[in-house]
Amino acid sequence: MSLPPETMATLMPLHMAIGADGLVVSLGPTLAKVLGPGEGEGAPFARLVEIYRPRAVATVPALLQLAGRKLQLRLRGRAGLTMKGLAMPDGRGGAVLNLSFGIGVVEAVRRHALTSSDFAATDLAIDMLYLVEAKSAAMESSRTLNRRLQGAIQAAEQRAFTDPLTGLGNRRAMDQLLQRLIRGGERFAVLHLDLDHFKQVNDSRGHAAGDRVLQAVARTMLDLTRKNDLVARIGGDEFVILPLGLTDQERLSDLARQLIARIETPVPIDEGACEVSASIGIALHDPDDPSPAGVAGLLAQADAALYAAKREGRSRHAFYRAALV
Amino acid sequence: MHGLLARTLQCFLQDNYGLGTWAEIARRADLDSPDFEAMLDYEPATVERVLAAAVKRLDKPGEAILEDIGTYLITHRNNEGLRRLMRYGGLDFIDFLHSLEDLPGRARLAVADLDLPELELCDREGGGFDLICRASSTHPRGLGHVLVGVLRAMADDYGALVILAHAGTRPGQERIEITVVQTDFATGRSFELGAAPPSQVEGR
Repeated sequence: MSLPPETMATLMPLHMAIGADGLVVSLGPTLAKVLGPGEGEGAPFARLVEIYRPRAVATVPALLQLAGRKLQLRLRGRAGLTMKGLAMPDGRGGAVLNLSFGIGVVEAVRRHALTSSDFAATDLAIDMLYLVEAKSAAMESSRTLNRRLQGAIQAAEQRAFTDPLTGLGNRRAMDQLLQRLIRGGERFAVLHLDLDHFKQVNDSRGHAAGDRVLQAVARTMLDLTRKNDLVARIGGDEFVILPLGLTDQERLSDLARQLIARIETPVPIDEGACEVSASIGIALHDPDDPSPAGVAGLLAQADAALYAAKREGRSRHAFYRAALV
Repeated sequence: MHGLLARTLQCFLQDNYGLGTWAEIARRADLDSPDFEAMLDYEPATVERVLAAAVKRLDKPGEAILEDIGTYLITHRNNEGLRRLMRYGGLDFIDFLHSLEDLPGRARLAVADLDLPELELCDREGGGFDLICRASSTHPRGLGHVLVGVLRAMADDYGALVILAHAGTRPGQERIEITVVQTDFATGRSFELGAAPPSQVEGR
């Protein structure tokens, strides 16, 4: 059977017809385009394509031994594309070798500026290109969603660790940092601060005034601590400060005295000022001699020190000593 | 209903009328969140509420807005990826029309759960085509008008001269009349297979 060249070219734009002598009789138009100018029709087929799998072949008889099997080959020369091939006898001692870009089609199309008319209408190459672009677009969409979700998760976490009234950390934020500090084997201090006379403000001036006092106190505590220290509101008028790296008793006492003095500054609210004070209990975590009850034990020590300060007359601070418990 | 449709409506309003206008429409439509996510699902009624709010805010008929959305999908620079995907439909506008019946299937290839209305292209006596768009209850109403906008923009993209008319709605079915006057009336926009924008190919 002999087919007109036009038929061969349209059905198989990537084919190579090889005569019995091993010389190329004709090339499909797309294959000719990919090979570019230079050797083509009339040249030995092995000069145009290097068949290397299942094994290297350079003659027509060797090629026909592999008839019907999947071939892997490389285009010779500048193009150097890797392609898939299929060879069958042409009935006249020669062979027809049909090629496909396989998975490399995206790259091949870009490199050789191929158009859809370079492929047979039955070829799935165009559908594959479509799919690659469509999938990339869909993937991009999904990536965008993931990025936004990530942002939302971070914001939610932030909210989960923040006291909404004062913007300070909350008990969860304090617990997390305490656990991390203890695990890290660090030496650090815990200041447990409780407002004095706050109940009177709430009772006489109302909760809105009370809230504004709490916000003012929060600002004071942030002013007197450093950026990386934790200031948390863990109850109605109870706060915990973890001044990182500050464990010297004298300097801790200075900090406690400054806090109390500043908190005692009257807070102007509407027609009158609100006055509160604070008591502070301080416990130290010593990694060489830790509280056996961990975080809870350390907080209990700070709490015991706080009540010692209250017993001694409020508006003062006290350090935890074993005798307090 | 797929979030891509809802998201498209939002992007259209934002890109064409600005973030402030979108925020106002979202508020009037009483949305839980002022952002639609392309990969989540929404009630068709929610999207219809947004459209109704847009009609009021923009003082424009719903059909005109829907058709503008169709045009926006193909012509806005943010949607170059979609224009390219549509151009895979064929070499010229007639080819493209013949590929429309494959469109829902092609869309599903890209986004498995994206359910577009079934399309059927019929030859009309004396030349021209009828495009039948069969929407189900899970689709927002008026997708046929979006389709008119898409077809109009694609005709320009191919450089074809066509006459399009939305020929009415029956329950679950919209009909669009298409008359192709000339397929190579003007120079269309270029479409090179290998010219996918890098962000699309590499997914950046």
